[in-house]
Amino acid sequence: MQLLEVKNLEVSFALRQGDLVALNDISFSLGKKERLGVVGESGAGKSVTGFAVINLISKPGKITNGEILFEGKRLDTLSEKEMRTIRGNRISMIFQDPMMTLNPVLTIGTQMVETLQAHRKISQKEAEAVAVKKLERVHIPSPARRLSQYPHEFSGGMRQRIIIAIALLTDPSIIIADEPTTALDVTIQAEIMDLLQELCNSEDMGLMLITHDLGVVAEVTERVLVMYAGKIIETAKTSDLVSNPLHPYTRGLMNALPGHGTCDTANRLQQIPGTMPNLTEIAPGCSFHPRCEHCQDICSSEVPQLRKISGNDSRFVSCHFAEEGWQNG
Amino acid sequence: MQTKRQKIKDSYLLYSFRRDKVAIVSATILALFLFAALFAPMLAPYDPYDVTSIDIMDAEIPPSWMEGGESRFFLGTDIMGRDLLSTMLYGLRISVAIGIGAVFLQAFIGIAIGLASGYLGGRVDAVLMRIADVQLSFSTLMVAIIVSAIVQVAFGVGRYEQIAVPLLIVIIGIAEWPQYARTVRASVLGEKNKEYVEAARVIGLDSKRIMFSHILPNTLSPVLVISTVQVANAVMSEAALSFLGLGMPVSMPSIGSLINAGFEYIFSGAWWITFFPAMLLIVFILVINLLGDWLRDVLNPKLYKG
Amino acid sequence: MAEAIVTIDNLVKYFDISGGFLEQLQFDSGKIVRRKTEVKAVNGVSFSIQPGETLAVVGESGCGKSTLARTVIGLYPPTSGSVYFKGERIDTLSPQQMLPYRKQMQMIFQDPYASLNPRKSVRQTLEEPIRFHMGTLNKGEVEERMAHVMEQVGVNPGWKDRFPHEFSGGQRQRIAIARSLVIDPLFVVADEPVSALDVSIQAQILNLLMDAQEERGLTYLFITHDLSVVRHIAARVAVMYLGTLCELAPTSELYSTPRHPYTQALLSAIPVLDGKKKKHIKLAGEIPTPINLPTGCIFHGRCIHADDRCRSEIPELMESSDSSEVLVACHGVAEGRI
Repeated sequence: MQLLEVKNLEVSFALRQGDLVALNDISFSLGKKERLGVVGESGAGKSVTGFAVINLISKPGKITNGEILFEGKRLDTLSEKEMRTIRGNRISMIFQDPMMTLNPVLTIGTQMVETLQAHRKISQKEAEAVAVKKLERVHIPSPARRLSQYPHEFSGGMRQRIIIAIALLTDPSIIIADEPTTALDVTIQAEIMDLLQELCNSEDMGLMLITHDLGVVAEVTERVLVMYAGKIIETAKTSDLVSNPLHPYTRGLMNALPGHGTCDTANRLQQIPGTMPNLTEIAPGCSFHPRCEHCQDICSSEVPQLRKISGNDSRFVSCHFAEEGWQNG
Repeated sequence: MQTKRQKIKDSYLLYSFRRDKVAIVSATILALFLFAALFAPMLAPYDPYDVTSIDIMDAEIPPSWMEGGESRFFLGTDIMGRDLLSTMLYGLRISVAIGIGAVFLQAFIGIAIGLASGYLGGRVDAVLMRIADVQLSFSTLMVAIIVSAIVQVAFGVGRYEQIAVPLLIVIIGIAEWPQYARTVRASVLGEKNKEYVEAARVIGLDSKRIMFSHILPNTLSPVLVISTVQVANAVMSEAALSFLGLGMPVSMPSIGSLINAGFEYIFSGAWWITFFPAMLLIVFILVINLLGDWLRDVLNPKLYKG
Repeated sequence: MAEAIVTIDNLVKYFDISGGFLEQLQFDSGKIVRRKTEVKAVNGVSFSIQPGETLAVVGESGCGKSTLARTVIGLYPPTSGSVYFKGERIDTLSPQQMLPYRKQMQMIFQDPYASLNPRKSVRQTLEEPIRFHMGTLNKGEVEERMAHVMEQVGVNPGWKDRFPHEFSGGQRQRIAIARSLVIDPLFVVADEPVSALDVSIQAQILNLLMDAQEERGLTYLFITHDLSVVRHIAARVAVMYLGTLCELAPTSELYSTPRHPYTQALLSAIPVLDGKKKKHIKLAGEIPTPINLPTGCIFHGRCIHADDRCRSEIPELMESSDSSEVLVACHGVAEGRI
């Protein structure tokens, strides 16, 4: 059994212009110790996917279709009270900005003990002992002394470690990390990426890493979903994806990465023209077709399905020409 | 295409306005009041300033539906025999004029000082804000007592009636400008470090131009919001001053001085002389504040751009 | 070599953050003393930029790179040191004397949502610098100039009456670039111009900046935290740490053989796509605050090669033994230890 299974998830926002479909037919699964990446540009729906899993879609948004199974149990139909025994307990979250997540007027000891006591019947002493152990796990030096310090006494990288320690407190089976390294410097980002990988193995956790950075995904994850305008357009083993992207958008994204992509003679990056459409103005047919240089007639009329690529069971692409090879013409 | 942008803004304003029943009702009542105030001379059955038409024998006639009431005085008459409805309409006119006038003065002084204080910073800021603190520590009342005492001595009590309106505008305007100065300063501090201001400096524009052409237009939303509250406050201040005898003379009454004039007779049974102007004042202030709250919610950039 | 277009010499910028007089008073061994707290953002940086080249300044947050950019362009007066534009010293000029130089130096900012005045239309935004610096142009010429620059940056000239909120982040950045180019500057400071943008838009803007450089012969001072962006756009790279330059080298040289230990750590931290996991160099300790700078080499607390000399003596930026184009500030490199 998979740890997490999402089937045909659809999330809509009821706005005054009418209903807006933010996620369209999203299906994926996450196994034990697995590290899954969710990549896309801003507005692609990757964060909404993370929030939907833990049932935290805020109004006017709503899960309008599909199901979310955690260890075989439906999550999307749980009441808020039942959900709270899972969220922050069995499934933990890490967000982009550590300063927003930590309360600046409480010591980190207090915050860690509070988090733990919210989910377990546990004495102050025992809770502190757990907190120290978890701080050790994320390599914070002299953790016992650190408990009495306030968030502002730590540097950005240390704060993100503390956030990770808090997420680990309840020994969750899944961690959802939403852009955990985006606000950090490269050297610190590298430390956090190493730490996340290490923890998945040692703590038996599944990791869902949501990010815009293909480089981070390539280093940390084993499998990856690429999202565009609220849909999954390609999913594959990370190594397969980076060595041979099959969707023109994925290829475009990789080529556009400075330092990685291919350049023409004048040292220009290969660029994807235009911008990602607003959810209100998605083109008919393939949502990427207005920006796609391989666009054919069928692309503007027929919505491509996410189809398995023959010869590779873990690989799905939603492009009419994924197998025929748009690369050739 | 100024109009296009206007259309977008308006449509959002209009949209949230149409959905908010409180705002609609408040705006309707306010519009009625302002209309009545503006056209008081045409709407009022009598001219309360026309001494010849006033008969002291008509004093303290109760409202028309009560025993002893007369149909020619719908809301009754006051102690001098003036038609209460007409006097209230003329009084509202004066109150509104003073309220709006005072707010313009406050806004003018406050925006100029707040802008200079926030943008120039340093010593200028320190000095101007201490002046504002000192000004706030004088209540409106103290300013009124001092200024009207000086003016009454300088011009004589006889001419007081003629200069009462501008005098009250100046008093309330001077007493309350620090509200504007502080609001504007706070939003200037927020704006001045934004990159578009740096971009204007890189172009080489001088401070004056940056302050007025770039920063000022971006600080006007909060100014608009406090303006509504300030109009209500100014009308209240004027009423309070008049009630204490420091405002409009009884011969040319504002709402406040009407309330004051009737107050002495409230226990002798002539309650209407105070009651109706007081209700008018309460409703007037209430609708302005409700509209102000609505406007604040609509213009709140977090909710708007969210 | 041709005359440098911009030269900065031993530039220092401190910010006084001690507040008012009362806040400066502190108790020190029984006495009240007045003490100023200063953030030492830039500490003695020197380099020059040749006409037509792109010099990138790279560093992590808080290293003083944005302050450096703003001091060069004249938004902040330097605490000491000097800035020269085509050989003329400009940091001591009055705003009036500065005007002819303003026309030749422009800046592009990081956040396209903050760098355009939300109450001004594209037309107003672009017109302002033209009218200010080229007052002699008539209406038609102004229009023509605007249309031309808008076309060049890829914004439909028909949209000039729109307001910033009607555009996406990438389009706004194009408009901000148009504003800086519209008066034909020679030198443009770009402060993290693509950091706030999505990957696919980043590439568009970087290409646009390179195209504009080619067509107009621009010189860039390009500030960024992203080493992979630098690789594309810059001819030379200056690596900055805590307000000081660690290494200044031609881009290819820096990437193939980074010499300073900090540069090595930075390069190893960039995530790569090809799946081959490389080892990240772990830096010891934390970045010190720029209020109390470490003695000696500014990097010694985090450097695995640090010895007593590093802790006591400040290394100077010197030519590397094997290449005269590479400047490194490291005792270890100078001694041949690293």
